[in-house]
Amino acid sequence: MNIHEYQGKEVLKQYGVAVPEGKVAFTVDEAVEAAKELGTSVVVVKAQIHAGGRGKAGGVKVAKSLDEVRQYASEILGKTLVTHQTGPEGKEVKRLLIEQGCDIKKEYYVGVVVDRATGRVVMMASEEGGTEIEEVAEHSPEKIIKEVIDPAVGLLPFQAQRLAYAINIPKELVRKAVQFMTALYAAFVDKDCSIAEINPLVVTGDGNVMALDAKLNFDSNALFRHKDILALRDLEEEDAKEIEASKYDLSYIALDGNIGCMVNGAGLAMATMDIIKHYGGDPANFLDVGGGATKEKVTEAFKILLSDANVKGIFVNIFGGIMRCDVIAEGVVAAARELGLERPLVVRLEGTNVELGKKILNESGLNLVAADSMSDGAQKIVALVK
Amino acid sequence: MSILINKDTKVITQGITGQTGLFHTKGALEYGTQMVGGVTPGKGGTTVDIELENGETKSLPVFNSVREAVAETGATVSVIYVPPAFAADSILEAVEAELELVICITEGIPVLDMVRVKRYMEGKKTRLIGPNCPGVITPDEIKIGIMPGYIHRKGHVGVVSRSGTLTYEAVHQLTTRGIGQSTAVGIGGDPVKGSEFIDILNLFNEDPDTYAVIMIGEIGGTAEEEAAEWVKANMKKPVVGFIGGATAPPGKRMGHAGAIISGGKGTAKEKISTLEACGIKVAPTPSDMGSTLVSVLEEQGLLEKCKTH
Repeated sequence: MNIHEYQGKEVLKQYGVAVPEGKVAFTVDEAVEAAKELGTSVVVVKAQIHAGGRGKAGGVKVAKSLDEVRQYASEILGKTLVTHQTGPEGKEVKRLLIEQGCDIKKEYYVGVVVDRATGRVVMMASEEGGTEIEEVAEHSPEKIIKEVIDPAVGLLPFQAQRLAYAINIPKELVRKAVQFMTALYAAFVDKDCSIAEINPLVVTGDGNVMALDAKLNFDSNALFRHKDILALRDLEEEDAKEIEASKYDLSYIALDGNIGCMVNGAGLAMATMDIIKHYGGDPANFLDVGGGATKEKVTEAFKILLSDANVKGIFVNIFGGIMRCDVIAEGVVAAARELGLERPLVVRLEGTNVELGKKILNESGLNLVAADSMSDGAQKIVALVK
Repeated sequence: MSILINKDTKVITQGITGQTGLFHTKGALEYGTQMVGGVTPGKGGTTVDIELENGETKSLPVFNSVREAVAETGATVSVIYVPPAFAADSILEAVEAELELVICITEGIPVLDMVRVKRYMEGKKTRLIGPNCPGVITPDEIKIGIMPGYIHRKGHVGVVSRSGTLTYEAVHQLTTRGIGQSTAVGIGGDPVKGSEFIDILNLFNEDPDTYAVIMIGEIGGTAEEEAAEWVKANMKKPVVGFIGGATAPPGKRMGHAGAIISGGKGTAKEKISTLEACGIKVAPTPSDMGSTLVSVLEEQGLLEKCKTH
């Protein structure tokens, strides 16, 4: 789960990570009020959306007076920002962070991730702050320094020091940088983050080491033990169909194509998208109904597909293990009856109770096309939506 | 022969009194697995009575701890169906009790719990498969997990996969072509897990009854690439592959916690080209996993040896 920058900074502050003073604003008046309260000569007006690249898209402005705050806030609020992470449709700005400006001497990068290869948490740091870390990784990987952290003892002071020296933090500020990194690791572990990225980490003219930006991502599997984090979820930043799907414990991701897919199992769902594309079609979504779906769950899944106006046809691909084919068939029939089915539907069933499932579909009177295999089904649906 | 488990393996279920644990313990018994007991803290001393399709009733003892269960039943393997919030602790308990193999089916364990589990397991004798996996099956001998047993046939092709249903798809394609399986192992879809492809490939390499292997990977991480390099350097048997998620957009988690392209790494394209460069033939579509294996078996003169009917 993603949260906004201002929320991330509030979380980090609880652990002693230094961040600039700031306030969230939902209206232009609130923005001006926040700037007054901060009382600094320079404030930064920052668009709050769940995507990076805001600065380049015009979502971050430095204001030197309250009039400028008013001007920038009214420009940015309601604006649709298009960045490399938002997709071409962009994201509308509904919140601003009004933050005290600071005298930046130099920008660095610090990130914390779970590294699959070692099965450990890794802290990464770089002298090349402010730019996309992916770019640094590609062009000058030697500039990214890593420390692998033993979960039994956590980030050790010498490791943090080693990082600080390696990225050339000024000597007199190394102690503060070590404190910063230690606090960041503590926040990462305590709140079950999956990514914590500080880009840039800055050294200021008045001798501080602080997080000028903060991107925190949380492990959705661990949210059950972090009610405070769950409360920060901003549903407006998420796809409406994905939210609807999550209510029924369905794993759904919206895509750009026109063939709706309903599949059981994440691997098979991904492979189904692949095979549609292989035969020249374009999947409208990833949808995994899971291993033990009920008729109701299948019905809801089907409704979500039908509610998408882009969907010109549907491909149901089920390999029943625990999931019985008759249950899938009943769900499909129920949803199609309730909502009406005017778009082509191709169904491929295999596995447990497959004969019963096929019988239910055949006797339903629905206008559907049966397929013998994944490739047969994919070819049929691609032909039907053309 | 087979890897990891066979007809003599004795198994306990952790979380046996839960709905899922009970359902799949019954499924394992129906398949012929030697289920010898289970663990549910607080229910020690009771029994679970399972009525089988053939009318027989099997009564399994329940224990408060894994240690007790091991001491009383002589089990060497446990399977875990404990809810995600408690599953990491269940794995640790099984490791502490020195079981040979722990298979964790549970989906949704927090990744940092698994980081701690992995650290704890260093230097211990237990091997972990999963979490978030369908389990392990040696056809006609033993089934531990949630896979549909009837699609499998005993034979000589090893299957190893990060995905459950895609494993069934592969097994089904093999079985319908008359090619049986030695053992099928689902290693699971989580980013931090007990066994990686290499661990299982190594076992298949040493198993005299496995003549070829299908490896099914997906986007995210670099485990497939590492496995491919390992295959090139060490594997004595042909390996064919498939990588799911060629069309998945970056930054989106495709169901499995581990199936995400991040920082430009872990794309299907990169994986496929590494696999091919290491001599692993990759099925162009998920429908071609079986036929790709057949073509490689033919090339190597192994097809007749792998035919089981």
